[in-house]
Amino acid sequence: MKHGRTAKIALAVAFLMFGVGFASVPLYRMFCQATGFGGTTMRGSESELAAIAAGGRAGTGRQLSIRFDSNIAQGMPWEFKPEQRIETVRVGQKQMAIFIARNLSDKPVTGRATFNVTPDQSGAYFAKIQCFCFTEQTLQPGQEVRMPVLYYIDPKILDDQDNKDVQEITLSYTFYPVEKDGNQG
Amino acid sequence: MSTTITADGGHGHAHDHHDADHKPGFFARWFLSTNHKDIGTLYLIFAITAGVIGGAISGLMRAELAQPGIQYLHLWAQWSDGPTATLDQAYHLWNVLITAHGLIMVFFMVMPAIIGGFGNWFVPIMIGAPDMAFPRMNNVSFWLLIPAFLLLLGSSFVPGGTGNGAGTGWTVYAPLSTSGSAGPAVDLAILSLHIAGAGSILGAVNFITTIFNMRAPGMTLHKMPLFVWSVLVTAFLLLLALPVLAAAITMLLTDRNFGTTFYDAAGGGDPELYQHLFWFFGHPEVYIMILPGFGIVSQIISTFSRKPVFGYLGMAYAMVAIGVVGFVVWAHHMFTTGMTVNVKMYFTAATMVIAVPTGVKIFSWIATMWGGSISFKTPMVWALGFVFLFTVGGVTGVVLANGGVDDNMHDTYYVVAHFHYVLSLGAVFSLFAGFYYWFPKMSGRMYSEFLGQLHFWVFFIGVNLLFFPMHFLGLSGMPRRIPDYPQAYAYWNGIASHGYEIMAVGVLIFFINIIWAFAAGKKAGDNPWGEGATTLEWTLSSPPPYHQFETLPVID
Repeated sequence: MKHGRTAKIALAVAFLMFGVGFASVPLYRMFCQATGFGGTTMRGSESELAAIAAGGRAGTGRQLSIRFDSNIAQGMPWEFKPEQRIETVRVGQKQMAIFIARNLSDKPVTGRATFNVTPDQSGAYFAKIQCFCFTEQTLQPGQEVRMPVLYYIDPKILDDQDNKDVQEITLSYTFYPVEKDGNQG
Repeated sequence: MSTTITADGGHGHAHDHHDADHKPGFFARWFLSTNHKDIGTLYLIFAITAGVIGGAISGLMRAELAQPGIQYLHLWAQWSDGPTATLDQAYHLWNVLITAHGLIMVFFMVMPAIIGGFGNWFVPIMIGAPDMAFPRMNNVSFWLLIPAFLLLLGSSFVPGGTGNGAGTGWTVYAPLSTSGSAGPAVDLAILSLHIAGAGSILGAVNFITTIFNMRAPGMTLHKMPLFVWSVLVTAFLLLLALPVLAAAITMLLTDRNFGTTFYDAAGGGDPELYQHLFWFFGHPEVYIMILPGFGIVSQIISTFSRKPVFGYLGMAYAMVAIGVVGFVVWAHHMFTTGMTVNVKMYFTAATMVIAVPTGVKIFSWIATMWGGSISFKTPMVWALGFVFLFTVGGVTGVVLANGGVDDNMHDTYYVVAHFHYVLSLGAVFSLFAGFYYWFPKMSGRMYSEFLGQLHFWVFFIGVNLLFFPMHFLGLSGMPRRIPDYPQAYAYWNGIASHGYEIMAVGVLIFFINIIWAFAAGKKAGDNPWGEGATTLEWTLSSPPPYHQFETLPVID
């Protein structure tokens, strides 16, 4: 019947949009990773770094300060801080920052870190070669670890209008407790 | 248009006599209703009831805001949360009030009245159809609203974090609505939105099927009255936008109850994603509320100017354009979440593009009146009030569309003034216009013209005193969603609260007018508005026979 057909198409559209709502979760993540939207950092590699050096752009342009920010979620019994608060860097050069985490409690605690950079528009040029993002870290009572972050600033930042006034980029990490049996975090 | 009418208006015939005006018994007629006009009436009664509740809540807010300091809120919190209520619980109660006011007015007043009420009543008649395509589904759509409304009202009696009730704002942003609101209140509110949304989606399917398949012979899409066009566009917006809201708030529910982290940074989620999803629904939603109002106003201005509407096709496709562009501007609600200049520029420009089809509509209404033989009957003055007030709200909308300006204006009373001018004044004026326009048709009685005019002027003065000062408050930086404010904002807040009192008197006149109409109103003829009223509903008796168009009208 004609009515049934129209109604079925209309309902199919509604279900499709319901699906689009859920599909937006991975799509949004992919969008952020591809464009650096909202301060999402990029994944860099040694080979890209080598290509930048070969292109003669390493170490050119203005100096940038990189500020390191460290946070822990409420109720997490850790101490978490960068070894150095600020580094002055030039684009296209490999840098290493060290973050130090220590478990202050008398129980093993597992945590996981999320990260972001500010200002938002600089995320697309902040390339990390190695970091401790999203990997779970379990610290024994009183244990201290040093966690390195290897990164570089993509020289393309010098060509971007939106970033021409940027003097300082903040890399921020937050450690959250991972809910586990026996984890009092 | 020529039509053939077979109604005989007969009453009290035997059950085996299936004439056009045979009505079932009371329970079967109103509780098991499948008749589009009865369901429309139920929707209107529901919307008026919800509107009184939502309006009373705004009365509480204006009473508290009349002076700086906390006057009544703490007292009300003691009724809501017990005699030991803290000041924090009083603040939470404030959030509950703004949330309830917003959700009730959007989902349980404007939408049921303008789509469920007038849409159900007049879309089938205007296209020459005997009823909606799926009469029983129509019944389901209406009765889903009742449990949804009860769930929302019920949520204010159970814990929602700091105090009782859901205090998240109508936007239900995470993380306030997830980790910030322990207790079942927010779950109930979310469930309420799910159910109301499901009913609206079914209603949209029904309207689309009816309008596409049940038009009378000769009623082509390009001959449909503009009100039918407006409901058709609205139904598509509902179909595309509401499921996204359903998905977004389903993820809120699982974040709250089942340990998922869609919107929780601790697990790799992002609370900003919720804002994107909400406003992908939320912006089309504002057009869902206003487009049928555009349709109503077009019918009325044409009727009382005794001219066909100017630029009919432009008017119809302007609504389509508003609907389409309305889907790609959502992030102008999120300018302060941190966007690059380019993203801001896109959303600013796209938003301003909407002013073009909207301008087409405003100027076409004016051109319709131009050279017309205008009679300033009650529906017409309400429609003119709509055009004026909606334009004011549209202009402040263009101001706010600027990403750079919005950085300063975001979450101030300027925004409150803007969306109340387009909704509380725009949509509500179109509702009153439509109500006065069609009341004689729906009830068979004339209302008092004097009371109708009085209602208009008292209401018009009241709402302008109520909402215009909010522009000044917003420009001087008063944030929205606060129960207390510094002395500097006292003057205009006091005036706004007096404006509320005047508006409330206007609403009282409205109810007196309805009572007067049923008690003493003259019988309405088939067409009380004269030769300007050319759509099919005016060819039927007032009220129309229980089943109209047993023989389909033929449109030249």
